[in-house]
Amino acid sequence: MQTLKTDTNVDLSEIKSTLKSEQRKILTKKIMKNKLMVAGGIIFILLCLLALFGPMLVKYDPHEMTVSDRLTAPSGDHLLGTDNFGRDLLSRIVYGSRATLGVGFSVAILSSLFGLIIGLYSSYYKTLDHILMRISDGLMAIPGVLLAIALMAALGPSTRNVIIALSIVFTPYIARVVRSVALSVREQTYIEAMRAQGASSFRIIWLHIMPNTISPLIVQATFIFSDAMITEAALSFLGVGVPAPDPSWGNILYDGKLVIFNAWWMTVFPGIMIILAVMSLNLFGDGLRDLIDPRVKSGKKIKGDKHAK
Amino acid sequence: MQNETLLEVSNLKTHFGSDTGFVTAVDGISFHVEEGEILGVVGESGCGKSVTAESILRLHDEKFNTMYEGEIKYKGENLLKLPLSKMENIRGNEISMIFQDPMSSLNPVYTIGNQITEALLLHQDISKKEAHNKAIELLELVGIPSPEKRITEYPHELSGGMQQRVMIAIGLACQPSLLIADEPTTALDVTIQAQILDIMLRLNKELKMGVIFITHDLGVVAEICDRVAVMYLGQIVEEARTIDLFEQPLHPYTSGLLESIPKMDGDRSKKLNVVKGSVPSLDSIPQGCRFASRCPFADELCLKEMPELRPFKDEEGSKVRCWHAEKILNERKKEHVSTD
Repeated sequence: MQTLKTDTNVDLSEIKSTLKSEQRKILTKKIMKNKLMVAGGIIFILLCLLALFGPMLVKYDPHEMTVSDRLTAPSGDHLLGTDNFGRDLLSRIVYGSRATLGVGFSVAILSSLFGLIIGLYSSYYKTLDHILMRISDGLMAIPGVLLAIALMAALGPSTRNVIIALSIVFTPYIARVVRSVALSVREQTYIEAMRAQGASSFRIIWLHIMPNTISPLIVQATFIFSDAMITEAALSFLGVGVPAPDPSWGNILYDGKLVIFNAWWMTVFPGIMIILAVMSLNLFGDGLRDLIDPRVKSGKKIKGDKHAK
Repeated sequence: MQNETLLEVSNLKTHFGSDTGFVTAVDGISFHVEEGEILGVVGESGCGKSVTAESILRLHDEKFNTMYEGEIKYKGENLLKLPLSKMENIRGNEISMIFQDPMSSLNPVYTIGNQITEALLLHQDISKKEAHNKAIELLELVGIPSPEKRITEYPHELSGGMQQRVMIAIGLACQPSLLIADEPTTALDVTIQAQILDIMLRLNKELKMGVIFITHDLGVVAEICDRVAVMYLGQIVEEARTIDLFEQPLHPYTSGLLESIPKMDGDRSKKLNVVKGSVPSLDSIPQGCRFASRCPFADELCLKEMPELRPFKDEEGSKVRCWHAEKILNERKKEHVSTD
C-alpha cells in the first residue's frame, strides 16, 4: 500500500514536470507566431546593444570637429558622412542612441514607479483618489510636448531635466492604468479575505494588489518608453532637449534641418534610427499586450487611447 | 456544560451610506456564541447574514461609508471601540473568517503555500521554515492529499473543494477561538460539502473553537449546529436550540422555511410549500412586523407595531419575534391532533 502510494506520487510529479515543459513550449510557440513582436524585440535588443557597446567600436569622438571635412557624403572613411561641423555622423548617432534610449528608459522606469505608487494609493483611498486623479486629469489635459516644453523652460536645458520633465508628463498615464486594474482587484474576495486575516493596508496594497497590476503596467511602460523617446527627439529638435554639443537623435536632426538640401544624410540616418526604435518598441508592446490579455484577438486589435503628441 | 461566552453581540446596527441616505442592513441584532459551540445563522439572500459576520470583524472600515451601533463584546472587549491596529491583531488571530466563494478567495498570483504561511507569519513569531512546515501540517489537517507537493501549487491548479479546504486551513492557521464561516459550502457539490462539514465539525470538537455558521441550507444546520438564529431583513426573528427549532418552529417565517424543504417520506403529489412574496428592499422597510406582508397569520397588530425579540416561555433558550407565536403553535397542535 505504501509503495503504491509513493509510486503514484512519483508519477504525479513527472506528469507535472512534463505538463510544465509542454506549457512552456506552447508559450514559445505563441510568441514565435507573432512575427511582428519578435521582429520588434530583436530590433530593439540590437539597438540596446548598439547603445551599450557601440561607443567602444566607433573610431571617432562625437565631439571631434574636423572643419575641413564638413558635410562630406557617406564614404569609406566616414560611413554615414559628417555634419556641418565636420563631426563623424556615425559616432554621433551611436553616442546619441545612449542619450535617447537612456532618456526613454529612465522615463519609463521613473514614471512607472511614481505611476504605480499614485495608482495604487488612489485606488485604495477614496479621498486621495479624488485629489490625485484631478491633478493627473489636469496634467493629461495639456498636450504632452507642450507640457514638456513648458517644464523644460522652467527647469533649464539638461539631460537630467529632460528626464524629469518627461516623467512628470507620462506618470499620469501609468497611474491611470494601474488605478483601473487595482480598483477591480481591490473588490475581489481575496483582498477582503486578507483583511479578515488581519493584514494591514500597506501589506494588502503592496503584497496583494500590486502583483496583479504588474502585467498591464509593463505593457504600458513599453509604450511610455517609445513615447518618451519620440518626445525627447521632438524636444531636442525644438532646441529645448538634450543641449548641444552632446549628441542625441533629436538635435542631430535639428542640425541637419538647416542643410537638408545639401546633406540629406544628416536628416535621413537619425530619422531612420528614431523610426526603428519607436516602431520596434511599439510592435513589441502590442505583441506583449496580445500575449498577456487574452481578450484582445490579434487581427482585431482594439486601439488603446493614444495620447496627444 | 459550563462554557464561557466567547462573543456577545448586543443590539448591533450596521448602516451603509448610499446615494439616497443611510440604509440599515443589520438592525438591532443580539446573540451570543459560547466556547466550542456552533451557532447557525440562516435566512434568505439579502437578509443581512453576511453583513453581520463582516461587522464582527469590521471589514467595512476601509469603505468609509459604514456606521456601527451597539456592542460586539469579544472576551469582554468591545470590538467596535478598538483602534484599527488592535483590530488587525484580532482578525485572523482570534477571530477568522471563511468566505463563500473559494474560487475568488485566494490570490491568483501566489502559491497556496505562500498564502498559508503569510497568514501564520502575520500573527506568529516563527521562522519561514517553521511556517512552511506548519502549512504542510495544516493542509494535512484539512485533508489535502500529498500536501508537500500541493503546497507549491497555484490556486487555479486546485479544484473548488480543494480551494475551500485551503481557505479553511488559512482560517485555522493561528488557531482562532472563533471561526466565522460565511456559507462555506454553498459553491461546492454535495459530496465535497459533506467532507468539508466533517472537517469543520472535527476541528470544532478537537480545538474547542466557537463557530458561527452562516448558511441558507437548513439541512446543513440540522447536521452540525448546536443553536440556530433565523434572520429576516436585518433582524433575528427566532433563536433556539437546533432540535427545538426543527421540532417546533415558533416564528411563521421559520416554519415557512422548514415546510419548503422536500421530505424523504413526503407526499409527492403535493406541491412544496413556498414562502410567498420576496424580501422587501432595505429602503422600503414596512412599519410593524417586517414579515407581516408575507405572513399568513398577520393581523392589524402585526402591521402596526413591531414585535420585540422575546424569550418564549415553553422552551428554554428560545426567543421569538412574533406577536402570535403561542396562538400559532396551539393551532398547529390542534391540526396535528385532527389529522392524526
